Amino acid sequence: MKSREKWIERALLLAALSSVTMLALIAVFVFVEGTPIMVREGIGHFILGRRWAPTKEAYGILPMIVGSIWVTIGALVIAGPFGLACAVFLVEVAPRRVADIVRPAIQLLAGIPSVVYGFVGIIVLVPLVRERLGGPGLSILSAAVILGIMVLPTVISISQDALEAVPRSYREGALALGCTQWQAISRVVVPAARSGIGTAIVLGMGRAIGETMAVIMVVGNAVKMPGSLLDPARTLTSNIALEMAYAAGEHREALFATGVVLFIFTMALNTLAVLQSKRRTRD
Amino acid sequence: MAVAAAASIGLCSCGRGSTGGLTIAGSTSVQPIAEMLADRYTAVHPSFVINVQGGGSSAGVRAAQTGAAQIGMASRKLKPDETGLQEHLMARDAIVLIVNPANPIRALRKKQACDIFAGRIRNWREVGGREGAVTCITREEGSGTRGAFEEMVMGKAEEISADCIVQDSTGAARALVAGDRNAIAYVSLGMVTSEVVALEFDGIKPSHEAVMSGRYPIARPFLLLTKGKPTPAAQTYIDFVLSPESQATIEEEGYVPVRRAARP
Repeated sequence: MKSREKWIERALLLAALSSVTMLALIAVFVFVEGTPIMVREGIGHFILGRRWAPTKEAYGILPMIVGSIWVTIGALVIAGPFGLACAVFLVEVAPRRVADIVRPAIQLLAGIPSVVYGFVGIIVLVPLVRERLGGPGLSILSAAVILGIMVLPTVISISQDALEAVPRSYREGALALGCTQWQAISRVVVPAARSGIGTAIVLGMGRAIGETMAVIMVVGNAVKMPGSLLDPARTLTSNIALEMAYAAGEHREALFATGVVLFIFTMALNTLAVLQSKRRTRD
Repeated sequence: MAVAAAASIGLCSCGRGSTGGLTIAGSTSVQPIAEMLADRYTAVHPSFVINVQGGGSSAGVRAAQTGAAQIGMASRKLKPDETGLQEHLMARDAIVLIVNPANPIRALRKKQACDIFAGRIRNWREVGGREGAVTCITREEGSGTRGAFEEMVMGKAEEISADCIVQDSTGAARALVAGDRNAIAYVSLGMVTSEVVALEFDGIKPSHEAVMSGRYPIARPFLLLTKGKPTPAAQTYIDFVLSPESQATIEEEGYVPVRRAARP
């Protein structure tokens, strides 16, 4: 009996390790394929170079780094306030029956394939931006709006958890001191949940920076430094996905190197999220 | 029946080789259509194995010359120093500039097209059109259509501007042009639909006839290359590619067939 327990334990450990091994293998593979060209070209040249023309051996990904950052920040500017407001509504304000309808709807939002978001973007949003605001329509703004909607479920559900973790006594105390409900929410509950909300934003960022398909469809993919929100741009992910199909040799390596940079970005964001939630448990 | 017999001979003749079938390699522009036709052939003849690889036109030429592949694929004319090969023209690929029907422009010269995509002409007024900033749409780096456009319109010295919007399929590029009256893109001739308008290039209206007669300037041949006389397996495939059904498929895919089926 005892030995059987041991075997099951080992099997479970193996299963747990396999996902870690996968991550390690992917990381090693991406770094092995991607770093040689970064070193050859010079890491500074690769990251700060402004010209990307792989068939002419120019590999500079600064416009894409900037593009990724703009699009991600734009998405968070939209998803942050909306997501937080929605979470506050669900946890603090909404009657049970309303929340029971809204919650599954948000879950559903997370289940829609990204290509569908992209399609809606290209059919509805892009022409709207083009007609009303000018420019080609395929732009950072369009991508930010679509991504903002896509990361809403992440931001909402994690902020919701954070708000629910705030003890009832805080609310009761605030109300007992004569706060209105809004004052209790804005002065007591939300500040008490702020590190959890911070985690929600950071994880939302991670999701936004890694999203590919929907972005390719609406961002325009032009490799240049974006000058305004209405300009097209290219993100790190769309660069890889766009060109991988035909890439060979150095070009392929350069795409892997793009992956390395993206990997570092996502790792940094995830670490930030972990640190933040650690801080929360310490508080 | 005859084809099946030829196919089995083909198999036997190269059964000693390591691949045990037919290897085709070369131009990534030809690859998709070559693959599609190979799949169609092997669906009917499951014992016949066809392996289609990319690598580019020059690699295709080399593969055919060295015998690494029984058939090489090239999407350009052979250079004078590329000798020892038999050419089998399977199709032609013509590139057409398209604009939105609401755009009054109906013709461009090569110089103008080059200036537009290089980012020097930025307003339609400069080529005699209405006031409006040009939105040029290009394909991704590495795409065969882009390669053909760069080679035949931009030339060696010019580069497609980084300001151009990049789309990863003909369908996407066409959809953008259909929705934006200031947009211009390039697509294969067969991909032109009524949502967009194909422009005259250097005074020549793009049409199958103009391409086949060689008058339309932005067109390139799709060649199957063999070292001397094709092996029986290679011959079987070439015959299949040149058959009326395959040529019809080639036309459906947007290329210009070598033999055009009589239209009803």
